Amino acid sequence: MSDVILRIDHLVKSFGGVQATDDVCLDVQRNETHAIIGPNGAGKTTLISQLSGGLKPDSGSIIFNDQDITNLPVQKRCRLGLARSFQITSLVMSMTVLDNVALAVQAQDGHSFRFWKPARSISKLRGPAMDILADANLQKKADTVVSALSHGERRQIEIAVALATNPQLMLLDEPMAGMGPSESASMVEMLKSLNGTKSILLIEHDMDAVFTLADRISVLVYGRIIATGSPQDIRENQNVRRAYLGET
Amino acid sequence: MMVQFLKNRALTFIVLGLLGTVPLLMFWSGSDYLSLATKLVCLCIAATSLNLILGYGGMVSFGHAVFFGIGAYAVGIPAYHSVYGGMDLIATSNGFFHIGFAIVLAALFALITGAISLRTKGIHFIMITLAFSQMMFYFLLSLDTYGGDDGLTIDERSQLPFISLDNSVHMFLLSFGALLICLYMVHRIVNSRFGLVLQGAKDNEERMAAIGYNTFAYRLTAYVISGAMCGLAGALFANSESFVFPELIDWTRSGELIFMVILGGGGTIIGPVIGGIVFIVLEDVLSRFTIYWHLPFGIMLILAVLLGRTGIANWFKSDGAIKKPAEGNHE
Ligand SMILES: Nc1ncnc2c1ncn2[C@@H]1O[C@H](COP(=O)(O)OP(=O)(O)OP(=O)(O)O)[C@@H](O)[C@H]1O
Ligand SMILES: [Mg+2]
Repeated sequence: MSDVILRIDHLVKSFGGVQATDDVCLDVQRNETHAIIGPNGAGKTTLISQLSGGLKPDSGSIIFNDQDITNLPVQKRCRLGLARSFQITSLVMSMTVLDNVALAVQAQDGHSFRFWKPARSISKLRGPAMDILADANLQKKADTVVSALSHGERRQIEIAVALATNPQLMLLDEPMAGMGPSESASMVEMLKSLNGTKSILLIEHDMDAVFTLADRISVLVYGRIIATGSPQDIRENQNVRRAYLGET
Repeated sequence: MMVQFLKNRALTFIVLGLLGTVPLLMFWSGSDYLSLATKLVCLCIAATSLNLILGYGGMVSFGHAVFFGIGAYAVGIPAYHSVYGGMDLIATSNGFFHIGFAIVLAALFALITGAISLRTKGIHFIMITLAFSQMMFYFLLSLDTYGGDDGLTIDERSQLPFISLDNSVHMFLLSFGALLICLYMVHRIVNSRFGLVLQGAKDNEERMAAIGYNTFAYRLTAYVISGAMCGLAGALFANSESFVFPELIDWTRSGELIFMVILGGGGTIIGPVIGGIVFIVLEDVLSRFTIYWHLPFGIMLILAVLLGRTGIANWFKSDGAIKKPAEGNHE
């Protein structure tokens, strides 16, 4: 396998007159954390949705592990090892935390056309799910129904569910959105612990988090990548400072 | 949690215990409600089958009675040919064939129509399931051989070993046994891997796809199981009434099934049975007072559904508060 886990090739997507993805080319290296930053409406979520399969690009291609996945549906991409978290929390609200994570584990354990055995007593589903919750320090919440969780906790479960699908590449859409400082800090810790073992494409507005976590950063403005480089490069890049970092 | 679980389980056993004994006791003490009770049990099976896709799967099928009708005609037509000749391939009074035929035909119809209608969501799904059932309704109306809109009398009930369906006690017990089996099956299914995927997809389909589930395939499977179960209900009903007619598939019948599920409590095992009992009792009582019983009946149903929100079975949960439906339901 090559060192490039994800290659985005001349991707284009427009909504009516809005060019949300404008000829984007981008590589994600194996086990790197690649951050995408850019102002509101730059097309970050649109890009992630095309990668995960929720949106069809107008043209261009997406290569994952040397396989063209441009036309695969969401669930097939997930089974190949591509997981996403949503900018707006998307969980099974009426089920417990453990149910949510265990469903993701179950999705990796063959088909679910199994109609008889009570799924909540299958230890090879509940065990790994519990381990993932323990890693995130959430085991106390295992039996809480998701709709009763705080916003910050839901954000963490969102990541835990993505992890439970045992992905090679995680697409994280603003994991810290709406979190308080201490919650953000623990999320940064959690993502840091994945560094070097998972490939991550990270969208985040929190610049401290981005500069802490990212191996490389790409800057997206009006659907276009205007720069890609190490955190150091990006900090010093004049175009980026003008377009986005606002001369900080 | 435990208390709630036990209370629900207790409720289930009480309701089923009463349903299984009261009609028999009344029969032996001289007042014969057995055929009404058998009809009720058949409707409970149909409502239970709808509960699997509506209560647990979030699929508002507005044409569910079509499977009931298919099941009924799957008994009526072979029985007709068994008596009057013709159609040698299916002409038989063998009960195993009748019931198997009902289940297979209903499942096939569910597979074909489900594969189309489950591509749609929300109001479109409601309308397309309604359209398929109306299609079948008019098709049966046009079948003059089988009585057209007059319906078809079954001159010879399904033949089974050891029991006689001409005996109303046997007929009732067979139907009641079938209801118990169906309830137990739904109970196992909804707690299985499959059942959790089905419920997850009801609540948040996007999430289920994102973690790797082909939600369409799971929904379609549930739809087929549900259709097959409802076909069984129709086959039993046809034997109980020894009469089948196109109005079995009328959209009002499908609406009644939805009412039973919602009234009793969709997404609980015993809910549709409670809904069915309330429905039949109300219908029977009201129709004694006035021939214009449909109006007060309809008003009461709407009130019950609006006020009860989550159904009667949920009133007995120990946390006291009536639970709101889960947020973020898609359909
Ligand atoms: N489904 C859609 N239909 C029409 N326009 C859309 C749609 N989704 C996104 N857009 C437009 O595409 C552009 C990019 O939106 P996108 O949500 O990808 O931005 P973003 O970078 O994720 O922004 P934010 O930082 O606010 O999350 C915006 O102008 C948005 O209005
Ligand atoms: Mg966004």
